[in-house]
Amino acid sequence: MSESLRNDGRIWVPKTPGDKRPPSQIPEAERDYYLERRYPSFGNLVPRDVASRNAKAVCDEQRGVGETGLGVYLDFAGAIQRLGVEAIRERYGNLFDMYERITGEDPYRVPMRIYPAIHYTMGGLWVDYPLMSTIPGLFVIGEANFSDHGANRLGASALMQGLADGYFILPYTMGNYLAGARLDKVDAAHPACREAETGVAERTRKLLSINGKRSVDSLHRELGKVVWDHCGMGRNAQGLEYALTKIPELREEFWRNVNVRGGNEELNQSLEKAGRVADYFELAELLCMDALARQESCGGHFREEYQTPDGEALRDDENFCYVSAWQYQGEEQKPRMHKEPLRFDYVKPAQRSYK
Amino acid sequence: MKLTLHVWRQKSPGDRGRMARYEVQANPHMSFLEMLDVLNEELLAKGEDPIAFDHDCREGICGSCGFMINGVAHGPNKATTVCQLHMRHYRDGDVLYLEPWRARAFPVIKDLVVDRCAFDRIIAAGGYISAATGSAPDGNAVPVPKDTADASMDAAACIGCGACVAACPNASASLFTGAKITHLGVLPQGQPERYDRALRMVAQAQQELFGSCTNIGECEAVCPKEIKLEVIARMNRDFIKASWLRRK
Ligand code: FES
Repeated sequence: MSESLRNDGRIWVPKTPGDKRPPSQIPEAERDYYLERRYPSFGNLVPRDVASRNAKAVCDEQRGVGETGLGVYLDFAGAIQRLGVEAIRERYGNLFDMYERITGEDPYRVPMRIYPAIHYTMGGLWVDYPLMSTIPGLFVIGEANFSDHGANRLGASALMQGLADGYFILPYTMGNYLAGARLDKVDAAHPACREAETGVAERTRKLLSINGKRSVDSLHRELGKVVWDHCGMGRNAQGLEYALTKIPELREEFWRNVNVRGGNEELNQSLEKAGRVADYFELAELLCMDALARQESCGGHFREEYQTPDGEALRDDENFCYVSAWQYQGEEQKPRMHKEPLRFDYVKPAQRSYK
Repeated sequence: MKLTLHVWRQKSPGDRGRMARYEVQANPHMSFLEMLDVLNEELLAKGEDPIAFDHDCREGICGSCGFMINGVAHGPNKATTVCQLHMRHYRDGDVLYLEPWRARAFPVIKDLVVDRCAFDRIIAAGGYISAATGSAPDGNAVPVPKDTADASMDAAACIGCGACVAACPNASASLFTGAKITHLGVLPQGQPERYDRALRMVAQAQQELFGSCTNIGECEAVCPKEIKLEVIARMNRDFIKASWLRRK
């Protein structure tokens, strides 16, 4: 659900682990509004990495709610009492409706149950200031590039970055490029085009000919679970190293044992999915490699080895104040890291505190 | 819960197609599409081709998903796309018939997937503005009253899924086209092209072989975004005025 809900909702879990009573029967004194308790000045409005990690922590303590125990309450009872149901409907009506459709529970009466989920990779294709990638003439805009998000993804920013890149930057930089570039005519007979075409045809043929035992979905899920467990809201060297041995094994199994049915002459959604999941192995591996190399915590990248005494992300700007740009070196080759220093002239990065 | 599904299977646009019967075990917390995912995994395990259906966000915001469930576009729930429909609304033993959108302008590509490019061409015919958007405008340079902004926003809620066409006995795209015309046409920034837009988009819809509106209202009833029939009235008004202006 959207981040904006935390503007008025209060987040809590029962104080006692394993408390299975319905929320209405848990008295005020037995509730733990853990964000308000830990971060009195920011309360429920702490950034999403902090909110996510804390939700995970209370669930890990067996205080999570709902059938699965993977959930915390987001409660609007106080806000409804204070502002009236109409004001809340005006602000969040569409989100409440969406929640009701998914869960069958009415969030105007019962607190919502929420839990963090993967949403974004906090990175993307490297681009220069005019948003051009390392391939001349190939511009990358919106959240496909790396340029706007650092340690935390900004809320509602798919729209923000799409608009900023598309309205304010690209109309100028692309025109500028086109005006100065010599664009020779190329046709399908060009060797590069031929090469790409053969490559795709070969890959498609291969995917369709494996005829193994496992579905694309099952391998996708297994890969997702490895990344979620070891390169998720908290990560450490041991887990990342494990993931880096597990992912190549899974990739190997994929290319040996995947089952993609159908042909390549009509719409084939299994084939389409297989192609994407094949790429995910590379992305997953890169995520883990990058997380392992960055021996500090910052924002969404929380390395468990690097935390302050009260459990917050511990930065190391002395050694890690750079963007890690990884250069592709060919299939199954370890990518090469380039460090692009981050310079701060006026505002210096500092330890965050929401206390 | 156990369900019996009769699903339209059609290998390719040229195939005749037929209904096929399946049984599936579902969990009430699943969404409808998750239930189909489960069925597809089972089909794969048995060496059969999975059922093709369109989907992307599964949050009811992108407009990719949609098919008929027992003759109703997006199924029985009001203001709900099929990706947001959950299995708790069904009972053990239910029998469901799943079919693609049926309209001349939406040819079937495969199984439950239809080609909705005709909608894109309607948008391309007039769904834009020419007002410069190069840099952020001054905050209060173009005041827009709240009710106007709301009217535009309500029309802009259209996700272009095509349910309106599928539900309409005339296979008319009027609710869709009307929503796009209203979304831009009520705002000050949408005025320069307002009348041309109405002429062009309506003409394109006709060229795509969508039918005309005869005020039946099935479209409004199934629209997952609750787009109101008023947008069709607005489209007609702009169209009539535009035709008259052009004749002058
Ligand atoms: S999948 Fe996006 S609206 Fe249903």
